[in-house]
Amino acid sequence: MSRFYKSILVLALAGASTAALAFDNYGGVGRPATAAEVKAWDIDVRPDFKGLPKGSGSVDRGQELFEEKCASCHGSFGESNEVFTPLAGGTTKEDSKNGRVKGLSSGELPQRTTFTKVATISTVFDYIQRAMPWTSPKSLKPDDVFAILAYLLNLQEIVPADFVLSDKNIGDVQKLLPNRNGMTTDHGMWPGASVKKGGIGNGGVPDTKNTACMKNCKSEVLIGSRLPEYARTAHGELADQYRSFGPVRGTRTLGPEAAKKAAEAGTFDLATKSGCMACHGMKSKIVGPGYAEVQARYKDQTDAEDRLVAKVKAGGQGVWGSIPMPPNGHVKDEDLKTLVKWILSGAK
Amino acid sequence: MVDKTKQPGRLRPAPENFLSEDQVKAVGAGRRDFLRKSFLAAGAAIAAPLAARAAEGDPNILENPAWTTSLGQPVATNPYGMPSKYESQLLRRESPGLARVGGASVSFCPLQGLFGIITPSGLHFERHHQGWHDIDPSKHRLMVNGSDASLLKKAKVYTLDELMRLPSVSRIHFIECGANTGLEWGNVAVPTVQYTHGMVSCSEFTGVPLKLLLEDCGVDYKKARYVLAEGADGSSMTRTIPMEMVESGEVFVAYGQNGEMLRPENGYPLRLVVPGVQGVSWVKWLRRIEVGDKPYATKDEAVHYIDLLPSGLHRQYSSIQEAKSVITTPSGGQTLLDKGFYNVSGLAWSGRGRIKQVDVSFDGGINWQTARLEGPIQNKALTRFNTNWVWDGSPAILQSRAIDETGFVQPSYGQLRAVRGTKSIYHNNAIQSWKVAESGEVSNVQVL
Repeated sequence: MSRFYKSILVLALAGASTAALAFDNYGGVGRPATAAEVKAWDIDVRPDFKGLPKGSGSVDRGQELFEEKCASCHGSFGESNEVFTPLAGGTTKEDSKNGRVKGLSSGELPQRTTFTKVATISTVFDYIQRAMPWTSPKSLKPDDVFAILAYLLNLQEIVPADFVLSDKNIGDVQKLLPNRNGMTTDHGMWPGASVKKGGIGNGGVPDTKNTACMKNCKSEVLIGSRLPEYARTAHGELADQYRSFGPVRGTRTLGPEAAKKAAEAGTFDLATKSGCMACHGMKSKIVGPGYAEVQARYKDQTDAEDRLVAKVKAGGQGVWGSIPMPPNGHVKDEDLKTLVKWILSGAK
Repeated sequence: MVDKTKQPGRLRPAPENFLSEDQVKAVGAGRRDFLRKSFLAAGAAIAAPLAARAAEGDPNILENPAWTTSLGQPVATNPYGMPSKYESQLLRRESPGLARVGGASVSFCPLQGLFGIITPSGLHFERHHQGWHDIDPSKHRLMVNGSDASLLKKAKVYTLDELMRLPSVSRIHFIECGANTGLEWGNVAVPTVQYTHGMVSCSEFTGVPLKLLLEDCGVDYKKARYVLAEGADGSSMTRTIPMEMVESGEVFVAYGQNGEMLRPENGYPLRLVVPGVQGVSWVKWLRRIEVGDKPYATKDEAVHYIDLLPSGLHRQYSSIQEAKSVITTPSGGQTLLDKGFYNVSGLAWSGRGRIKQVDVSFDGGINWQTARLEGPIQNKALTRFNTNWVWDGSPAILQSRAIDETGFVQPSYGQLRAVRGTKSIYHNNAIQSWKVAESGEVSNVQVL
């Protein structure tokens, strides 16, 4: 070894020893967490049930809690697809025996539910405990979580109706999940160590192998799918989603009728934002007159627009009764004009 | 609205906003020759003095506009600046019908109008799992603990003040939701690049390497091979990160984004940055790091973000976003207004490192040409590419194909589906195709 490399090595070792002493190098930064603090936040539950709180809950109690706290989003039987995808259903007795949901490979499943996918019940416990109910997460006590999970397991026909789930038997339940053998980590998209090296991926080997062909790469172009006509307009007026200058323009996907409607909706929003809708209805009187009534009164007056703009701006009293209209100095002149035009043209 | 056909405009037809809707329609119907004639006609129809001036040149030059002949706004009129009022079209947008509740939805970044590689913080895509909060930074805490006392000498708590005292790093990285382009696994579903690819963004993030914090707490790397990151929002999002990534120094806890603090929608005041890995692992509103000796199988790595294969098996812990690219100009939902020269431009990225090359095809992948890569070309960051194209008015199919420094070549739809079927949701990195019709309208198609 040359003298040069030796000196590098000495430096490297010096560096290493500094790194080893790095602990507590940043004086005054951070402080030890108290046991109570760790307990308050360390709520995760692992597949080996490390972190699982003690407790228990029956299917019956779970049904009550589910009806009260969960059913509005998930349906009484976890079947609803209205707000979130269904929780239960889609598996057979055979699946539970094999630990693989057959419908996933046969294509017979119309939709995947939580229980057609999940391989570890710890996952569901952990999630209910940390994130449910949707609008008041972390409000459930461990016994509540055990109960709700017991009800779900019963819906899924994994446990009987008189079952009491607890920290003692949850490990046995995990061995009954219908898709417990349905996961693989044999892929190249895990950035850590491979299975061979004690990790969980394949070490980063990709599953597709395209080549960078440059000339005459194929004889024909096969179009597999095109944008359906209904999808062309489903995202509204595309022209409005692009800059109005530059090398390309957004395609006008909706007709002039739709553009008019959008402009009217915009004016309605403006009226709401400007505070007009608090006192005026579209057709009839709330505090002040309805817009249809205003239009009817002014329809033959040629100077109606200017007069109304001035009136709305300054406020007034007497035309429609004794309650005065306050001045509207907060609304910009151009917005006032837009609103008055909209009213006189028969606000919609 | 101003009728722009009556304005004395430029004499040469150009794709600017002074074309009326009728004229755009005429272009759409393939009548491009009318442009010159209609401009001549418009010139003749204008009142004589103006027409005479128009013949002398562009009134926008001949007559000084108001902004050249009047006093402008003073400094700090907008103390936190906003884009020009003429830039109101580019917004984050939701895709209708994608989610029933806004708190668990996505808003897409308008890639079609951005330049370079940095996403403006206000246009960065959003994906929340239980809604976002604007957290008081003086009350936010980061806790580092071990799933077992033997993995970490000391569980510690850090305040934002303390984290911001530590040595920092600033790095440019892309973040892509695992479900980006997921709407199109089975077939074409959405019209524009905002909705096909808008769940990717790229920023300069600033923060403290997680490695530094773990070592400050006395981590035992031999035993602690996984990290659990947990957020402070209602969902307390949790994800497993491999310790290899932390040890490499790549993973950091960020408070800064593009020179300012993170925006609330992007995790203010603290989020994890996990370069190259799908966005769900970049836990927002980060409140806790736990080191462990086993992966955690949290909800978003055991129920969602798992990839269904044709065999019926789900791939679990699929995290890396493989090499991908998309042409943003021109792209779906746009119309080319005229034949002639275009600078075709787009974005490429890879979760495995730097982009080495991007090829572009104008004939649906039969022939390819290598595009120019704009600098800077950063590790696990968006890379801007562009290339010349003269459109002759005939139908074309535009594609881009990224190659990263590992030699991985972005796959076609056919190749991707041959391995993974059509029922997946996540990690769709297939080559995107944009069909240009004779009318100039660009639409979304899939070439196998």
